[in-house]
Parts: sequence; structure tokens; C-alpha cells
Amino acid sequence: MSDLSVSHLLGIKNLTTEDIHLIFKTAEQFKEVINRPIKKVPSLRDITVANLFFENSTRTRLSFEIAEKRLSADVVNFSAAQSSVKKGETLIDTVNNILAMKVDMVVMRHSHPGAAHFLSQHVDASIINAGDGAHEHPTQALLDAFSMQSALQSDIKGAKVAIIGDILHSRVALSNIFCLQKLGAEVMVCGPQTLIPKHMPEMGVLVETNVDKALAWADVANMLRVQHERMNLPYFPTLREYVTHYGVTMERLEALPKVPVIMHPGPINRGVEITSEVADSKHSIILQQVENGVAIRMAVLYLLAAKRTMNFTA
Amino acid sequence: MITSKTVLLFLEMTQKRLFGSEELQVILNRLCCRLIESHGDFSQTVLIGLQPRGVALTEVIAGLLQKNYQCPSVKTGALDVTFFRDDFRRRDELIKANRTELHTPIEGKKIVLIDDVLYTGRTLRSALDALQAFGRPSKTELLVLIDRRFSRELPIQPDYVGRHVDSMATERVRLDWLGNGQLDSVSLIQGPAA
Repeated sequence: MSDLSVSHLLGIKNLTTEDIHLIFKTAEQFKEVINRPIKKVPSLRDITVANLFFENSTRTRLSFEIAEKRLSADVVNFSAAQSSVKKGETLIDTVNNILAMKVDMVVMRHSHPGAAHFLSQHVDASIINAGDGAHEHPTQALLDAFSMQSALQSDIKGAKVAIIGDILHSRVALSNIFCLQKLGAEVMVCGPQTLIPKHMPEMGVLVETNVDKALAWADVANMLRVQHERMNLPYFPTLREYVTHYGVTMERLEALPKVPVIMHPGPINRGVEITSEVADSKHSIILQQVENGVAIRMAVLYLLAAKRTMNFTA
Repeated sequence: MITSKTVLLFLEMTQKRLFGSEELQVILNRLCCRLIESHGDFSQTVLIGLQPRGVALTEVIAGLLQKNYQCPSVKTGALDVTFFRDDFRRRDELIKANRTELHTPIEGKKIVLIDDVLYTGRTLRSALDALQAFGRPSKTELLVLIDRRFSRELPIQPDYVGRHVDSMATERVRLDWLGNGQLDSVSLIQGPAA
């Protein structure tokens, strides 16, 4: 069986369809592992992973950390808020200092697009991109597609997926589009015109500004958060107006002939992009996404570690 | 000129048939009787096949126990040891993980691990580790159809053996299955050790 075609997970764009299927297949087995009475395997016991978070994260960081620990890796955590980055240290210096402590893999989130790519060219460790600015968030896209597959109980080839909300500021949207297209799904983005990047039709993505039409079309609706912290311009008049036009409510869903599977990468702004009622309804698979996140990250870590052949001669 | 006849001749030279389906039936029935001797009605026993090739053999044995020996309560499972192997990051190619299906609790139970061929013993060592994640059995035994003697790399010996085989490291044991899940024959062929 062939292994991954890449040595780093920088983005979905660099993966082949076979890579994605291999990750899913491996994640299936890890999903069984994390449901055992003892949820740990020794595969990565000789690997040290550094989680470098230059930007805030709860869920992704926790999910990576649990995945690493379930694989028996040694884990070191770093967050920019309490580090020398604040004193003016460069990214390469920070990372090289950490690598001098013999770290094999780096999971990094950074606010600059391309930060993970840059790092992969300058340091000798396997890099996993845990989000770089508004560019990519590959593990989120993988776990989203993996969750869709189990929710639809079929291959997602030909499935209709609508990504609804703030597309412009979302790395999840871009990675999702790449991933879903590689797997043969039809992708639509939906949101206020101001929050949809211009290049969407060129990428073969359908654009819809009416959320009811998007929901009626879709088999799966992936709801994205309105990223207030990245909005330095007024993209829509008021939050209330956004909620009125784009917030998914139970009434909206009940008016549909067929309710799509509802997904959300978190954190949810309850009452903005979806109401609590929808988030906690039987249509939502938000918590399954979180569970699958650990399995997918275990698979990615395991498959990338497999590329680092042990060397006893040095 | 290479004809199909020369290919067949070559195959015969490089392939040694160890036994066919009739002899296999005798061996499998003997293994079942040995199991009944130690495990009685199997109420406290779980037969666990090792992925990938031990699982089919486990099904055959469980089927025989139910059909020929009236043991209706035989419980089976499948165990994958990929994540517990000691050669991870030491091989060139990736080993594919298979499904573990262990739905019966094994805490305090008697376990019979089942594999087709016992060679270096390394897979079995991994299996003993992997099993711990599901509980602490009161006893763990090992059944193999073929024991490749004198090739062990770890101190592991089987409790039930179909047949001992003396083989070289350049040879490989191959089990041929019929479409209906029944074993057809066992041969020794030239090729890298599995």
C-alpha cells in the first residue's frame, strides 16, 4: 500500500485524492481505537510533537493534543501569548529553538497565510498546518468531509454541499472547497455578496445569496461563523440584519422539502449563523465532527510519522 | 520461447504443495477437538482472529465448532495489530490498518488468538499488547494452522498447531481459499517473507 504523497500537511491543495482516501481509511480504524476502554496505541512513542499556536484556539489545539497523546507521542505546547514572540523573536528563530530540543513534528497555527509552507522549507520537521490566516485549515476540511461521508452513509461523490456564512475570512471554506472538489462533490457558497470572494465561480463553485435556496439545494449545509475579529470594515449593516437574512432557524428548515445535514466547525455564535434549536437538533452533526476530528488528526499524525523513517546509523 | 507450459513447470518447481483440502479437513477437525477439550462449551471463551489472514481461519473454525460439534455459543472477534507493531517507521512501505471488531468483553475470559502462520512471533507480540486495551483475560492461548519452526525471533510458542513446517527465509506459506470461505490448499512458495 502506498503512503502519503506529501511529507507535510500544509493544505488540501497539495494532497491527491488517494491521500484523502488513505487518511479516511486510517481514521476509520482510529475511530474504533478511541472508543476502546483503553484509548491509546504506542505507534508514536518515539515522536515528540510541538503544538505552536501563534493564534488563539481551543478546539483544534485540544483535538491535536488528545490525538497526539492517544498515539503515545510526547507533546509540548506553546502559545504566542506567553512567549518570546512578544519580545520580537522571528518565527524561524522560535521554531529552530524548539527543534533544537529534538522535536520531530510541528503543528502550527499562525495568522499569516503561508506560514506553515514557509516553515516547511526551513526546518527539518514534519509540519502540520492547523490554520494559516484566511488560507487553509486542512485537518478541519478532512474531518468535515469524513463526517459528511458517515452522515450521508455513502461516498460524497456527487453530494451537494453548501458552505454558508462568512466565506471571505474563512480558511475552513477554502480547505473545504479543495477537499470536496477532490472527492467529487458539488460545492456552493452562500452569504452576503460582501463576504464572498470574487474568484469563487472560477474555482467551479456555485454562488448563491439566498440562504433558503441554498438550503433547498443542499444535502449538507456547513455553517461558518461570522468572524467579527477579522472584520475591519462593515461588511453588512447590522448583525440583526445578517441574522434575519442568513441565520438558519428551525422555521427555515421546516419549510424545506428535505432538511440537509447541518454542520458547523465551531465555535458557534448561537443565535447568529444558527439558532440553538438547530445546533442541538437531530439534523446537526456538530458533536460527531468533534469526535471525528480526533480520529482524523490521529490518522494525519500517524501517516506523516510513517514518512520519517528511523535512522539508527547517525 | 516461454509458453504457458513452461510457466506452469516453473511454478511447480518453485511451489511446494503442503496439503490439499482433504488433509486440511482432518487438521481443522483435530484442532476443533483439541479446543473442545480445553474450552468445553466455550461459554467463557472468545476466539480472536488476527487481521488480515487469521480472521477467515477463525470463521472456519467457529463454523466447524457450531456445525460438527454442537457448540452454539462460540464467540469470535477480529483484532488488528498495526498500531502496535514494532517495525513502524522501519519499513519502506506503509502497512495497511484493518478493522478491529471485538464486541464481546474479554475481561476475565479465556482467549484463543488465531492466525494462519506463525513465523517470527512479532505479530503475536503486538497482538498481546493490543489485547490489553480491551481488558485482562484470565488466560490467552495461541492457535496457528502452520508453525514455521526454527524461525522465531521472540520467545513465543503456539498452544495448538495444525502442522509444523520447516522452511527457509526466502520461502512463504500461502493459503488458498475457495470462494465460499473454505480452505482449499496450503503451499510453500518462493518469495519474500510475509
